[in-house]
Amino acid sequence: MTAPLLQIRNLKKHFDLRLGAFGEKGARVHALDDFTVDIVEGETLSLVGESGCGKSTTGFAILNLHRPSGGSVIYKGTDLAGLDEDAMRPFRRDLQIVFQDPYSTLNPRMTIGEALSEPILFHALASKAELPARLAQLLADVGLSPRFASRYPHELSGGQRQRVAIARALACQPRFIVCDEAISALDVSVQAQILNLLLDLQEKYQLTYLFIAHDLAVVRHISDRVGVMYLGRLAELAPSASLFATPLHPYTRALLSAVPEANPRAPRDRQMLQGEVPSPLSPPSGCRFHSRCPLARETCRSQIPEMRAVAPGHLVACHAVTSATSTNWEASE
Amino acid sequence: MTALLEIKGLTIDIARDDGPARVVDGITLSLQQGESLGIVGESGCGKSLTMLSLVGLLPNRIRATGGTAMFGGRDLLKMNARELRAVRGSEIGFIFQDPMTSLNPVMRIGDQIAEALIYQKSIPKPAALSRAEELLALVGIPSPKDRMTAYPHELSGGMRQRVMIAMGLAGGPKLLIADEPTTALDVTIQAQIVDLVRDLKSKSDMSVVWITHDLALIAGLADRIAVLYAGTVVEDAPVNAIFDRPTHPYTRGLLASLPTLSDQPMARLASIGGTPPEPGRRPPGCPFAPRCAMAIAACADAVPQLTAVPGSDPRHRVACIVTTREATA
Repeated sequence: MTAPLLQIRNLKKHFDLRLGAFGEKGARVHALDDFTVDIVEGETLSLVGESGCGKSTTGFAILNLHRPSGGSVIYKGTDLAGLDEDAMRPFRRDLQIVFQDPYSTLNPRMTIGEALSEPILFHALASKAELPARLAQLLADVGLSPRFASRYPHELSGGQRQRVAIARALACQPRFIVCDEAISALDVSVQAQILNLLLDLQEKYQLTYLFIAHDLAVVRHISDRVGVMYLGRLAELAPSASLFATPLHPYTRALLSAVPEANPRAPRDRQMLQGEVPSPLSPPSGCRFHSRCPLARETCRSQIPEMRAVAPGHLVACHAVTSATSTNWEASE
Repeated sequence: MTALLEIKGLTIDIARDDGPARVVDGITLSLQQGESLGIVGESGCGKSLTMLSLVGLLPNRIRATGGTAMFGGRDLLKMNARELRAVRGSEIGFIFQDPMTSLNPVMRIGDQIAEALIYQKSIPKPAALSRAEELLALVGIPSPKDRMTAYPHELSGGMRQRVMIAMGLAGGPKLLIADEPTTALDVTIQAQIVDLVRDLKSKSDMSVVWITHDLALIAGLADRIAVLYAGTVVEDAPVNAIFDRPTHPYTRGLLASLPTLSDQPMARLASIGGTPPEPGRRPPGCPFAPRCAMAIAACADAVPQLTAVPGSDPRHRVACIVTTREATA
């Protein structure tokens, strides 16, 4: 295996809030805790989980868009976590992000061409003379004709705008792109087009993706590895195939069984989760999932489970999972 | 079974400065008592407008301009505001996508549910409040007594959607219209809500119309599915027939572009090129023809009518001149 592109160790992000009518009560949101992962060059690592599980925070913290509260992100031998904006700038070129809603991230008063030129000129990646050719190339990469350079965002459909957002991320020839729910707002038929585009671009430019999504079927489709998050912590991390074939963490199992199947005759024996995700303001002690877990035991209430490898590359943070083949799942039922 | 709702030739126009633009173009649909119908389509296909037009809730500048919608012997489209008020809630219940904008933020949820009962059914307030509490229990809200006095912002998204369902059911409607009620929810909460509605439906003879863009979700929910494209019904069939024998090229395209938990990872998905036409810029003939790989010259001549698919379920109908011919051959 090649050296990791990004080494992320114990990354944390807490948000401090002031509550109460006069802001007299302090509170801390544990958005992300102890996130440790190596992201390998050329892979697609996906993060899934429900709203508020910290998956987007993770993407933001890795790119230092949210200053991490602790931990490190090593890229090219530098820890990005502590850098200020100026020191961060040279790295921004390599590390890009595509957001869910391109309508709110593209300047409505700039033409597509202007929006795409900005990062190119800022990072001095092309001269003014080379610019038109570079723009045409970028637009072609994302499947748009060069005519789009003179249009404004409001003239484009949702799928076309998302293509522009991807082109903008590509403009600085990055190595790593965070796709933060990049296809979630699109209609099914358009979503498939954008997924295919992301796969094509990855092949063409050896891109590494951190793909943040809540749609498990999409994630399974495009990922090499998948991390499942719950309340700010990784619950399970595994190669895509083994995660979907043998999900081990009770939360992963519940999440997978909640995915509707495009088959009217599919059996409906769901592992239904009771209740809802607790507040990240006061996450449960020990394993954060214990309050909803069918396997919860005394240990789970007091001790935070460590991520342990139970099969090659398959890590689980659960006291009840002892190996890839044996869990205490059956025993407790 | 008798038809509870019979929509015929419904057209809906948006008033624009440069003249009306047609968004719903001759939709014909019927719904039996006790049936659950899934209406599937992408943004802008007219699925929500069709249902909103039934209860007189179309936004400003959008009007139903033609067709009929018979409900219990009366045409909903011809009713005045007062008659519609009597139908809304008590005969046709509605659940909207975003409970945060549909619930009154400064009113306790118990009062909001009771208000509908007091107003529509003239139930005295104490009785309405205790009925509201029963409804909260029915939709699976834990400790309903305490939740009666909560404000919407104190509840989670899933709980708010349960409150919306309780309100939709309050009047004991014959027809419940659910407009993408789970789109804003996480999958595990979505699964809870879907099970709840399915469970509620099995206990009564209520009909449910479920509007969604998610074909996978509707597979486990509906008895019948109508696929909409650009303001027309392109395929209408029992749920098994749609998934066993998708016939309209658009339905086939939608199913093929759906990543599933069982397909080959990293494979390219079949996608439909292009984007749906904008209202008012519909191509002549079949609205899907410009994006359709199977289109022939004749497709542009006339809007295809829904016709039976030979060899499939007798209720399986599709609006496509190419695939129905192919099925006969």
